[in-house]
Amino acid sequence: MISKLINRKIITLLKVQYSNMLEYRVEIALWAVSGIIPFFMLNIWTSNNLNESINISNVMLSRYFLCAFFVRQFSVVWVVFSFEEDSLLGKVSPYLIQPLNPFFRYFAQHIAEQITRFPFALIISFFFFIFNPQSLWMPSLAILILSTISTFLSFLIQFLIQSIIACLCFWTEKASSIERLLFIPTLFLSGLLAPIASFPEYIKSWIYLTPFPYLIDFPANLLSGNETNVGGGFSMQILWILLLFPVFRKIWSEGTKKYTAMGS
Amino acid sequence: MIKNIIEVKNLSKSFDISSKEEGLKGTIKHFFRRQTKSLKVIKDINFEIKEGEIVGFLGANGAGKTTILKMLCGLIYPSEGSILVSDYLPFRRKENFLKKITLIMGQKQQLIWDLPPIESFYLNASIYDLDKFEAKRRIKKLSDMLEIDDELYIPVRKLSLGQRMKSELLAALIHEPSILFLDEPTLGLDINAQRNLRKFLQKYNKETNATICLTSHYMKDITSLCKRVICVHNGSISYDGELDQLLKDLSPVKEILIVCRSEEDVIRIANSGFPVKNKTKNEITIKVENKHTTCSLRTILNNFDVEDLYINEPPIDEIIGKVLIKKRL
Repeated sequence: MISKLINRKIITLLKVQYSNMLEYRVEIALWAVSGIIPFFMLNIWTSNNLNESINISNVMLSRYFLCAFFVRQFSVVWVVFSFEEDSLLGKVSPYLIQPLNPFFRYFAQHIAEQITRFPFALIISFFFFIFNPQSLWMPSLAILILSTISTFLSFLIQFLIQSIIACLCFWTEKASSIERLLFIPTLFLSGLLAPIASFPEYIKSWIYLTPFPYLIDFPANLLSGNETNVGGGFSMQILWILLLFPVFRKIWSEGTKKYTAMGS
Repeated sequence: MIKNIIEVKNLSKSFDISSKEEGLKGTIKHFFRRQTKSLKVIKDINFEIKEGEIVGFLGANGAGKTTILKMLCGLIYPSEGSILVSDYLPFRRKENFLKKITLIMGQKQQLIWDLPPIESFYLNASIYDLDKFEAKRRIKKLSDMLEIDDELYIPVRKLSLGQRMKSELLAALIHEPSILFLDEPTLGLDINAQRNLRKFLQKYNKETNATICLTSHYMKDITSLCKRVICVHNGSISYDGELDQLLKDLSPVKEILIVCRSEEDVIRIANSGFPVKNKTKNEITIKVENKHTTCSLRTILNNFDVEDLYINEPPIDEIIGKVLIKKRL
């Protein structure tokens, strides 16, 4: 019964947010295009033959970066910026006195945006294969399902990390500046610029203890068919979610006590 | 006996406020060493509100009216004291409590800007667990009451302020709350829109017996909706009682302008013991205590040749203005 009601709320939220996102279709197309960093990185890697140093063929590397692009498209999170703005302008106040945690609204916004991005990501992939026909491949259904799940888990990890930072708005007005501290490790350690396999062994062992490689590297390797530890990757993703969720709950509960409803 | 729906005991709220001196020196000093001080904005207040009452909160800007409303609806956490609203502790924000209340803040909106209001209404309906049929019925009923049937399908950004405010009200009332917290709901609305909103609130209160706590700087909102007012001065309650009584207390005299047929009568009235405010050749204005108005009028009409007379109440804004600057009334 409870899950049915939550589902109804979430589905209505998704429908409404999807309608809202469709109002911004041009912007979303531009955001999708702006996410092509992995293709630049592919160009740098292949034009300098860097792939030979990590024993990955050109084809597998190009598939990796295409998958990194895809994973990035469906796991990008901006909740800290939305929450910060809403908090500063007092827009959070009406949401706080509704029987639904405001973060569900942001969650639905993200999912709705991902759905809106999907066709644009397909179009970009289409052009990618036109220019790289040798990279064309068809992953099996099982791989597709597993990589979709791992991409969603990656999104959840990022959503939780940013939500925790967003809750710091209750103490400091500019929580997004704290999020920027995470930008560099996310950029370098997530696999967006280079597969984690390319890092020296002693660094790799440390990186795998952080949540970053499970944001892009793991799902992208899974989808592209590169060698990866499927069980270990999923376990770490779930472990990070289980660790981050109670932190979020605690900081949310403490933060709302600090809320001053400024701007309203 | 009508039960208390809101009980506030020894309620206080403090905020940490940082201060900065002016100029570059002050900015640099502020950067290295922030000076914060705890400011008590609500000081040990007590009141009770009965089910179905409409209570107006009066006070100058920064007096603490909105902070009280925010604590009553659970938006902010009290520093000291206790609040019970419909037997719930508001700041715990239990689902059943949240389903009973609503907060409307003038100029603050919860409607989705780029979509027609109907989308936000259905979204709110699902948040409050209303099925589609019930949501449709309530939207129809409230949109009829608010006269906004035509605006339901127009994107919010294209609506006028008045239309938007009515839509906000519909969104906030779709779950039929029994306690309404309204913080300057008529802010920025034109006279007709203000009047319609007041009419709607009266009707809503009558039909649902909802309790309404209201702050407004428009005296017409207070006088036409509230029998009881709570005056807040610097975070303390300076008056809690009937609005009529407050007006009587603050304005114990009426002014009577008497137009006489002859100058002789003007002089006779002036010498008959009434305090005179001013007089001209044929007119005299006297001050009469409220409780002696009828008796004084009888005396004047029986003893003098009066052509016409006018009884002037001091303007209500002027009286309420006194409330805002007085610590104790």
